[in-house]
Amino acid sequence: MTTQDVRERVDAFPTRRIGGHRVRAGRPFPYGAHPVPGGINFSVYSDRATAMRLVLFERGARHPMAELEFPPEFRIGSVYAMTVFDLDAENLEYGFRADGPFDPGAGDRFDAGKVLSDPYARLISGRDVWGREPDWDDVYPYRAKVLDDDFDWGDDTPLGIPTEDLVIYETHVRGFTRHPSSGVSAPGTYAGLREKIPHLKDLGVNCVELLPVFEFDELDNPRTDPATGGRLHNYWGYNTVSFFAPKAGYAATGRFGMQADEFKTLVRDLHRAGIEVMLDVVFNHTAEGNEQGPTISFRGLDNATYYMLTPQGEYYNFSGTGNTVNCNHPVVRDFVLSCLRYWVSEYHIDGFRFDLAAILDRAPDGTPLPNPPLLEQLAHDPILRHTKLIAEAWDAAGLYQVGAFPNYGRWSEWNGKYRDTVRRFVKGEPGLVGELATRMAGSPDLYRGRTASASVNFVTAHDGFTLHDLVSYNDKHNEANGEDNRDGANDNHSWNCGEEGPSGSAHVRDLRTRQMKNMLGILLTSQGVPMLLAGDEVGRTQLGNNNGYCQDNALSWFDWGLVEANAELLAFTRALIAFRHAHPVLRSADHPTGSDRVGSGYPDIGWHGVRAWDPDWSAHSRVLAWMRCGRHAKGGTVRDDHVYVAVNAHWESHDLELPGLPEGQAWHLFADTGLGAPHGPGPLGAEPELHHPGRYHLGPHTLVILVGRDRRTG
Amino acid sequence: MTVKLSSRTEGDTAVVVLEGEINSTTSGGLQAQLLPFVGQGSRLLIDLSGVSYVSSAGLRTLLIVHRRAQQLETRVTLVGLSEEVRFVMSATGFLDFFDIEEDLDAAREHTGR
Repeated sequence: MTTQDVRERVDAFPTRRIGGHRVRAGRPFPYGAHPVPGGINFSVYSDRATAMRLVLFERGARHPMAELEFPPEFRIGSVYAMTVFDLDAENLEYGFRADGPFDPGAGDRFDAGKVLSDPYARLISGRDVWGREPDWDDVYPYRAKVLDDDFDWGDDTPLGIPTEDLVIYETHVRGFTRHPSSGVSAPGTYAGLREKIPHLKDLGVNCVELLPVFEFDELDNPRTDPATGGRLHNYWGYNTVSFFAPKAGYAATGRFGMQADEFKTLVRDLHRAGIEVMLDVVFNHTAEGNEQGPTISFRGLDNATYYMLTPQGEYYNFSGTGNTVNCNHPVVRDFVLSCLRYWVSEYHIDGFRFDLAAILDRAPDGTPLPNPPLLEQLAHDPILRHTKLIAEAWDAAGLYQVGAFPNYGRWSEWNGKYRDTVRRFVKGEPGLVGELATRMAGSPDLYRGRTASASVNFVTAHDGFTLHDLVSYNDKHNEANGEDNRDGANDNHSWNCGEEGPSGSAHVRDLRTRQMKNMLGILLTSQGVPMLLAGDEVGRTQLGNNNGYCQDNALSWFDWGLVEANAELLAFTRALIAFRHAHPVLRSADHPTGSDRVGSGYPDIGWHGVRAWDPDWSAHSRVLAWMRCGRHAKGGTVRDDHVYVAVNAHWESHDLELPGLPEGQAWHLFADTGLGAPHGPGPLGAEPELHHPGRYHLGPHTLVILVGRDRRTG
Repeated sequence: MTVKLSSRTEGDTAVVVLEGEINSTTSGGLQAQLLPFVGQGSRLLIDLSGVSYVSSAGLRTLLIVHRRAQQLETRVTLVGLSEEVRFVMSATGFLDFFDIEEDLDAAREHTGR
C-alpha cells in the first residue's frame, strides 16, 4: 500500500439506527463536528447532564429534521460521541439538547427546552449578513455548522517577525472598508480589507491587530440613538458567541457559509505582503451575560464548569458584562488552549491580544493566582511557542497588573502608563520629563528583567479618543451612545488646543496637526512595540466620541477621503514608520542602560535638555531630548546611525545645544513637526545636514528628529 | 438540483460544458465525471456559463480536478464565470489558482502557456 491508496476504515460502517439515521458510537476526540469517512463525527462534553441529544436541522429550517439521543454506550467519561452517516454536511445545521438539573444554588442551569450551540463549532450560521434582521423567535439562533477545513495554504506559515521589530496597526474588519469612500468591491468584509493591503504596505506597518473576529451578535445591543431613534449595534464585538468560528457577517461570502475560506485568504495575502495578523480575543466572558442573559451554549452544557460562580451559585462579574469565564478550571483551560491552537494552526494567526487578560489569572473563586496554570500553559505550548501573546493587563474589577502580569518570559502588555504619560506630557503638563524618559526607554521600571518588547506602546486604541480627537476635544461627547454621556472614560488627558471640536482657526488647526505629529514622533522612536490606531495616520475623527463600541456608521468607519485631505499627516506617519524600520537602534530587545557597552564613547542612551548632556528633570521642565548611539543597535551587533530626538511641550521655543558627534560626522534633519508641507520628513539616508552643527532652534509644541552620520564628502 | 455535463474534443483540448449548480449534492458525481478528462489532452476547458452557483464543496471539487490535472500536466481553464461565481471565487481565494478566460473564443486564442 502506498500513500496514494487510502484503505477504507473498518469502522466506517453504521451499527444501528437512531432517530431514523444510521449511526455508530463516535470518537470523543476531537470535540465538535468533523467529517469522517461516510459521515460526520459529533462529540460534546457535559459533566452534569443526565441526557444528551444531537439535534439536526436542514439549513435554515425552523424545526429540526431529527433528534438523536446518545445511548449510554456512546459515552466515554463525560463525553458524548456519535458518528452519523449519510448527512449532507453543507446543508446541515446541528446543536445539542442537554437535560439535567436546574439548581442554580448548586451551579446547574440545564434547560432541555433549549437547543445549544456547540462550543467547538467552526462555522456559525444565523448572523450571516451583518445587521440583517433575524427571526427573533428562532428556537436556535446561532447554528453550528460543519466546516470543510481544507485550505490550500501553499507554503504559508506565521511570519515570525521579532516582536521588537513590529509596528502594529489596530483595526476593525468592517470599519476599515465599510465607508462608501473605500472603493472596494465588498465593503466592510475580509475581502474588502484584502483589497486595501496596498494601503497597509505603503504605510509600512507589519502587523494588523483585528478587533474581535470570533462570531458575535452585532444585534445584541438593546440601546438606541436618542437623537435618531436608530438601532445601536454591538459594533466592536467584545461579546463572543462562538470561539472557533470566524464572524460570518464580516465575510462577503458569509451567506454562502464560506467565511473561513475568505478569512484565510486574507491572512495568506497579508502574509505575502509581509504583514502579520494578530487577533483581539475575548476569553474573559461570553455573550450569555448574567442570570437574565440568553442560554446559547455553555450555560446549558455545564454552567458550573465554564463560569466563575459565587458560593450561592451567582455569576461573578469581573468582566463588567455579567459573567466571568472560569479560565483556570482544567476543562476551560483545555478549551482556551484548543481554541488558540486552532487559530494558529488552521488560520496561521501570528499573535493574540487578550482582552481584560487579568481575568485569566484568577482562580475559580476569583482570587488572583501567583502562578496561573492557564497562562503558564499558553506560554509553553508547542503550537503557540512562537505566537505573540499580548495582555490587556487589567480587568473590570480593579485588578491592574501593568508590569506585573505573570509573563513566563513570553507575554507583552498593553502599556497604559505609556499612553497616559505621552498624552499628559505632550499636552504640556509639568513634572513629567522623568517619566517620559522612562516610558520612551521601554518602561524598564515596569518590565525589569524582561525585554523591551514586553511593552506595547500606544497613544490611542479603539477604546478612547482617536488621535485627531485627542487634540480636538477636552471632553468626551458620547451622547449618541444613548447613556447621557455617562459611558466612556473620563481621564482622557486630552487637550483641544484652544477650541472644542472643529475649528475655523488656522492657528488651532496647525497646532493640532503638530501635536498629532509630536505624539506619533515619540511613539515611533520609543523603545518597545508601537501600536497605531487605524485612521490616525489620516486624522480620523469620531467627533469627540471616545466609546464607539455601538456606532456602526460614519462615526467609526475609516473615511478614505481623508487619505487625500490629510495627505501631509499620512506622509509624515509613513516616513516615521520607514524611519523606525531603517534604524535598528530604535528596536533593540534590551532596555538601554545609560552606559557605554560597546566602547563607542557614547552611552546607549544619553539624556539632554536645552544644554547637551544636561537634562532638566525639574518639575517645571517641558523639554526633553535623547540620543541613541547607533553603535549600540541590537545589542551592538548591528551598525546604525545615531538618532537624536528632542521634544518641546512648552508654549515657547527653545534653542537647543546638540551633543557633539565623532570626527567627520554631522547632524542631519529627518523631521521637524514645526515645518509643515512641503518641508516634510526624509528622504531616508539623504537628510540635509544642519546649517549650524551644534545648535537647533525648536519651536513651541514641536518635536525634532536628527540623524548623526558621516558628513557627505565631495 | 443537478448538474449536466456535455463534452467534446477540439484538437488537443477537451471542452466540458456544465449546467446547473455545483454543490455538495452534485459535486461528488461531477468530480468522478470530470477526472477522466484529465490527462486525455494537454488542456481541459471547463465552461461554467451555465452554472449559477458553486458552493464551498463545489469550489473544492474544481480545485481537486485542477490539482490532479497539474500532476498530469494538463492545463485547466475555467471559462464563462458568472459575476457572482467569479466574486465568490475571488473573495475566497479560489480564483488565484485557476486560469480564467471570459469565454471559449478567448480561451482558444490564448493557447500558449
